[in-house]
Amino acid sequence: MAVNEREVRRIAELARLGIEDARVPMLVDELNRILEHMDVLSKVDTGRLAPVEGMGAGAMPLRHDAGPPIPLARTREEFAPELRDGFFTVPRLATHGDPDGGMESGA
Amino acid sequence: MSDDLLSMTAHALGAAVAAGRVRAVDAVDKSLARARELDGGDAPLNCFLTLADPAAHDEAIRMDGGHVDADAPRPLAGVPVAIKDNIATHTLPTSCGSRILHGYVSPYEATAVRLLRAAGAIVMGKANMDEFAMGSSTENSAYGPTRNPIDPSRVPGGSSGGSAAAVAAGITSIALGSETGGSVRQPAAFCGVVGVKPTYGRVSRYGLVAFASSLDQVGVFGRTVDDAALAFQVIAAHDPRDATSATAPVDDYRVGDGDLTGLVVGKPAEYFPESLDPAVRDRSERALDALRSRGATIRDVSMPHTELAIPVYYIVAPAEASSNLARFDGVRYGLRVPQPQLRDMYEATRSQGFGPEVTRRILLGTYVLSAGYYDAYYRQAQRVRSLIAADFANVFSSGVDVLFTPTTPTPAFPFGAKSDPYEMYLSDIFTVTANLAGVPAMSLPIGRVDGLPVGGQILAPHFGEAAMFRVAYALESVLGAEAHR
Amino acid sequence: MNPSPDTHESATDYEMVVGLEVHVQLKTSTKAFCNCSTDFGAPPNTNTCPVCLALPGALPVLNLHAVELAVRTASALRCTVHETSIFARKNYFYPDLPKGYQISQFDRPLATDGALVIGETEKHTPITVGITRVHMEEDAGKSIHDRYPDATAIDLNRAGVPLIEIVSEPDMRSSAEAGSFLRVLKQLLEYAQVSDVSMEEGSLRVDANVSARRRGETRLGTKTEVKNMNSFSGVERALEAEFARHCGMLDRGEAIVQQTMLWDGAKGEVRPARSKEDSHDYRYFPEPDLPPLVLTKDWIDEQSALLPELPAAKRERFASRYGLNAYDIDVLVADRELANYFEAVVVAHADPKTACNWVMGEVRGALNANNLDVAAFPIRPPDLARLLDMVQDGVVSRSAAKRVFAVMLATGGKPEAVARDEGLLQVSDDGQLDGWIDAAIAAHPDEWTRFRGGEKKLQGVLVGAVMKQSGGRADPRKVNQLLAERAKE
Ligand SMILES: [Mg+2]
Ligand SMILES: [Zn+2]
Repeated sequence: MAVNEREVRRIAELARLGIEDARVPMLVDELNRILEHMDVLSKVDTGRLAPVEGMGAGAMPLRHDAGPPIPLARTREEFAPELRDGFFTVPRLATHGDPDGGMESGA
Repeated sequence: MSDDLLSMTAHALGAAVAAGRVRAVDAVDKSLARARELDGGDAPLNCFLTLADPAAHDEAIRMDGGHVDADAPRPLAGVPVAIKDNIATHTLPTSCGSRILHGYVSPYEATAVRLLRAAGAIVMGKANMDEFAMGSSTENSAYGPTRNPIDPSRVPGGSSGGSAAAVAAGITSIALGSETGGSVRQPAAFCGVVGVKPTYGRVSRYGLVAFASSLDQVGVFGRTVDDAALAFQVIAAHDPRDATSATAPVDDYRVGDGDLTGLVVGKPAEYFPESLDPAVRDRSERALDALRSRGATIRDVSMPHTELAIPVYYIVAPAEASSNLARFDGVRYGLRVPQPQLRDMYEATRSQGFGPEVTRRILLGTYVLSAGYYDAYYRQAQRVRSLIAADFANVFSSGVDVLFTPTTPTPAFPFGAKSDPYEMYLSDIFTVTANLAGVPAMSLPIGRVDGLPVGGQILAPHFGEAAMFRVAYALESVLGAEAHR
Repeated sequence: MNPSPDTHESATDYEMVVGLEVHVQLKTSTKAFCNCSTDFGAPPNTNTCPVCLALPGALPVLNLHAVELAVRTASALRCTVHETSIFARKNYFYPDLPKGYQISQFDRPLATDGALVIGETEKHTPITVGITRVHMEEDAGKSIHDRYPDATAIDLNRAGVPLIEIVSEPDMRSSAEAGSFLRVLKQLLEYAQVSDVSMEEGSLRVDANVSARRRGETRLGTKTEVKNMNSFSGVERALEAEFARHCGMLDRGEAIVQQTMLWDGAKGEVRPARSKEDSHDYRYFPEPDLPPLVLTKDWIDEQSALLPELPAAKRERFASRYGLNAYDIDVLVADRELANYFEAVVVAHADPKTACNWVMGEVRGALNANNLDVAAFPIRPPDLARLLDMVQDGVVSRSAAKRVFAVMLATGGKPEAVARDEGLLQVSDDGQLDGWIDAAIAAHPDEWTRFRGGEKKLQGVLVGAVMKQSGGRADPRKVNQLLAERAKE
């Protein structure tokens, strides 16, 4: 399989990476030279195999529903690019269904 | 005080400081001075992105003044350590070698660093690395490459190149690195030091900035096998803050009487291909002879899916990375490139914050996870990954105790030698398998070729680090000075 | 029939098909994957830590209690809870989603294949809505768009709060059925004590998938997703509006476009959410930071055994054990606290019918009049039970008991003391009763004469008059007896 310029632009948008137009053909070329080596995988018979899901030996450890929260050694003011009244702020979005969001909330 | 302090093992220095025979501040000052010296000048090694100068000095003074909990055992008392810059420290910046985290100081500390500090170690600097650990040469650091102390015209390997170089250059005796596909073992091999990748889950990932979560492990460097084992012993622990942290009991890794009688060492054919650099093959065979001389049996084995490891790795790792690096969006911390629209802010921040290799891998990872490609790429890669893991399971269940291979196909290469991304990826060909299967592995020096170090790799079953170290101790003692010739 | 511009006309030719997706916030004290508090109303971004701020290197660790509550809910919805389920990452960029992905469950959810009975048909067959799946996930933070003119403000206090998503089959055929589903579900969740279930506070959120098809058609039409409803009635209105839009389009021969619509409650209309095509390429993959969630069958059974009695079971029991009628059962079961109050009265006072009458009448009346919660009701069940005992034992009359009740409500006094202090203890002393009877006869000579002449139905009037004379204190049984004796004289 190989990617074309349109697909590279699409995935760059998905990944929120601003790519200059001039760089797109180069990226198409680089990605395809990598993807070419991946094609070998499609020839491997993995019919009955389960994919690896979750590394490590055990099952999910569960923690008790109690604090205290992990403390922060520095205040938000010290690492936030922009903070107002305790809020992180970003350029203003329309209230609903903003083109950038997809969803109003993650749920 | 003389340079002796710098050539002391971590074990000896820790014991001496704990016993009051050596002052921590002298060890730390020597280390800082050497770092300043080697990272300065005309051909700087550029091992460090930040030096804890004078913080490490002050900390050592406090330690010498007894203002620390003297009751706890401190095997690394006063021992300066270098920490790879993708491991969170709350006293020094954690930039991951990236512009996007330029100047970012973590509000919390990684478990591995906390354990080192508790053992008395003093963090003396943050080591250079390929941006977000993506690379095999440290050329991908946003802050300039690190040079190989053995031959400054060559790369130190990567991505933990700064840590490996710091240890090789005698700045510290031990260092923390991180592994995703060989990022400790490969630079250890290139720089002629010992590098350990633990079993997945043996060392907490809490505070290790994620590249590919199912592959990442914090690893250690040492100038000697014993120092590496000592540092590893300190950081190997269950951590409730990492859901993938293992609860298996921690063994004593610092045992090895040099006798390998009854031990079966597998020699996988796929790691000794026709194309292998003859000198690397020669040093590897010599190492196998050394193991035989201590009573080990060498058995030819086959791990037929090895050749699929690089394609699998370069799907799984970028896929996870594309998701792990989504949090660098300029909203809560790190670089923000202001723009009137949110979407433009995201794109400007991320395109200016990430370098070319990181961008490439995010694109690749986004692509293989995207609608219509997931099954063909990501899911299929995870299936093939289970075949690679089965290769290890099969060979270890057939009576083989450990495997021995060269760590890399070639010694350190010159800067700019691998401009094609895939060619660079191939330098991890012998190391990515351990990450994919989650097994422990280490590299140690087994000789030199034209003055360049060659690494030998020992791989063991899950949680088989004790056996791995036992073999390493024996190999180191048989090879002696030959390991560095 | 003339073609009508009013789409509601043609709606009768079409059938509405609805499936719901309900997000429910679980009632835990800490977040799903970190130890931060879930308390509502803390200053912005103060209930945050390295994990829920998505600081580099931080890792999630799952909250046991969230799993317990999710499993109990799934059991209550009669789902199969899977012994192995897998967390996945749902990747998308939004400023209130700190990691750039939501930890959710995708192709191996916690539970599947449940059912919820939402009512019954006129012929008393149950109306059942299938539950496709129940999965666990974390909430996003809050984006506040109207606080600053130039910026959206982000508060991550809610980021990482545990949710379950309940997805129904497209089994509902009207907005009323959708409303019933939500009300029954809310009641179930309240009973299961897994959530505060408040749409106002956002602990319950509903998205609806709706399509229209010609009556008799078996295939599903193209659906749209409607979001942004903030009340159950809003859901019903939004469904009607969207259904009408579908019908109109179908009538005009237009194709329905699969898209997300937003409900505008103020305008009473739906409008398309602006979204880019990429917004639905979530690139789900198994969350590598979390091993599979493995539960044993025994543990799952234990969790469902911990569920309190659920509404359906309670309904059945109230009918079979206490012989209550359907209306009373509905009213009592609708409010779990009230049902518990009733049962507590029954435990202390053996006559369920009387207890029911009092709870349905006096207690509910007082609750409504004083706008009280059952929990805050001053007359506790044992006291009410003793008052009912006193009526039964003839210590106070029924009408006096109502006055005792009123005083207890006002003063918090005990029934015995109130009855005594207010002089409401029932009198069965012949001498005193005769006096009241004399006065009653004197006041109703006509009725007395007719009663003596055989008009037995007038006994009630006379007894009532005696009761009035006695201020409710006369023992009515005794009064009846004495009246009958005098009539024979
Ligand atoms: Mg959801
Ligand atoms: Zn938190």
